[in-house]
Amino acid sequence: MNTRGLRSQLKDSVPVTGLCPQAGPYGVQDSLRRGFSSVKNELLPSHPLELSEKNFQLNQDKMNFNTLRNIQGLHAPLKLQMEYRAARQIQRLPFLPSSNLALDTLRGSDDYIGFEDILNDPVQSEMMGDPHIMTEYKLGVL
Amino acid sequence: MATVSVCQYHPGGFSFENCKRNALLEADITKLGFSSPAARKTGTTICGVVYKDGVVLGADTRATEGMVVADKNCSKIHYISPNIYCCGAGTAADTEMTTQIISSNLELHALSTGRLPRVATANRMLKQMLFRYQGYIGAALVLGGVDCAGPHLYSIYPHGSTDKLPYVTMGSGSLAAMAVFEDRYRPNMEEEEAKHLVRDAIAAGIFNDLGSGSNIDLCVITKGKVDYLRPHDVANKKGVREDNIDGRPVTGSYRYKHGTTGVLTKVVIPLNLEVVEESVHTMDTS
Repeated sequence: MNTRGLRSQLKDSVPVTGLCPQAGPYGVQDSLRRGFSSVKNELLPSHPLELSEKNFQLNQDKMNFNTLRNIQGLHAPLKLQMEYRAARQIQRLPFLPSSNLALDTLRGSDDYIGFEDILNDPVQSEMMGDPHIMTEYKLGVL
Repeated sequence: MATVSVCQYHPGGFSFENCKRNALLEADITKLGFSSPAARKTGTTICGVVYKDGVVLGADTRATEGMVVADKNCSKIHYISPNIYCCGAGTAADTEMTTQIISSNLELHALSTGRLPRVATANRMLKQMLFRYQGYIGAALVLGGVDCAGPHLYSIYPHGSTDKLPYVTMGSGSLAAMAVFEDRYRPNMEEEEAKHLVRDAIAAGIFNDLGSGSNIDLCVITKGKVDYLRPHDVANKKGVREDNIDGRPVTGSYRYKHGTTGVLTKVVIPLNLEVVEESVHTMDTS
């Protein structure tokens, strides 16, 4: 559930990822791995909600950590973020979708159903990356 | 076409990939003079009233698609939990999916707390979800139920604002229904009086608003009991076609009755035919 504190809004604002291209090793769009890009797609959002939806989970986490910091002190969000980082590392092989069960349990979204569970479920995605290339990319060999 | 070799998994939820394409198509289509298909809406009259022992929710049953009636008997009172029901106006798919999601979440929440869910919880969940989508989910809801703290009634607007009131109306026929409420509402009514008031308010919406029509559904929620009356009142009965006149089917029959034209003379000439040749052709069934 949302936990919002008014005072947390006064803290320094946190930068939020926009539609900037996924830069490859040379700072430009990596066409081989991510496909062709178009300037218009990166500069303007195609829908007013696109940016806010893309960053929704990020913003929620940041707000919650800010409130937690104001209530319990700096140690609380630090410990939690350490646990999040550990839970985020539990993944399947690179080309398979993972359930993120540990991360969900930590966040409290394991008993919450939203549109992300009903629409565009990544488990039912029709596209899959080539296993060899994905593993090589993950290991940095490619 | 080049294929992407490294596939990033999308997190799920709404996908905005086709928005630019749709905007271009929309512009092209309007240039040609056509219009893109309209979403099915429930141009509606929904209302609710708090009475002595609980809550009465009422709704009409017409669903429209532009200027055409898409469904003459749709159900607009949705189940949220055993003691909470929700009427929905606006885009039909949005109200359906939103109420189903909130119903599931409330069930999980109730299992986690071990208590009967409260109406304020459902209200908070709905308003947070609708505000997140900034009004793009077109669902205007009337949420009512009875929990441990008594009967509650909320109205929830598509952008996420809510009002907690003793009587509320929503939808295109809300003004007609509100007029009836403002005239005849009084606190702590009896059940029959409350049901009659809601029925009259919905009927006012049905007869004075083009977007509402057909029957009146009622839902009476009290502590421990829910009466889902569907239909409570068939205000608009569809006419019945005359099927039979004097034993003859009338629909689409152009035959005249025997004896319509008087017979003056009758001449019968028998034709004697001889069978000359008889042959049987077998059908090719291979």
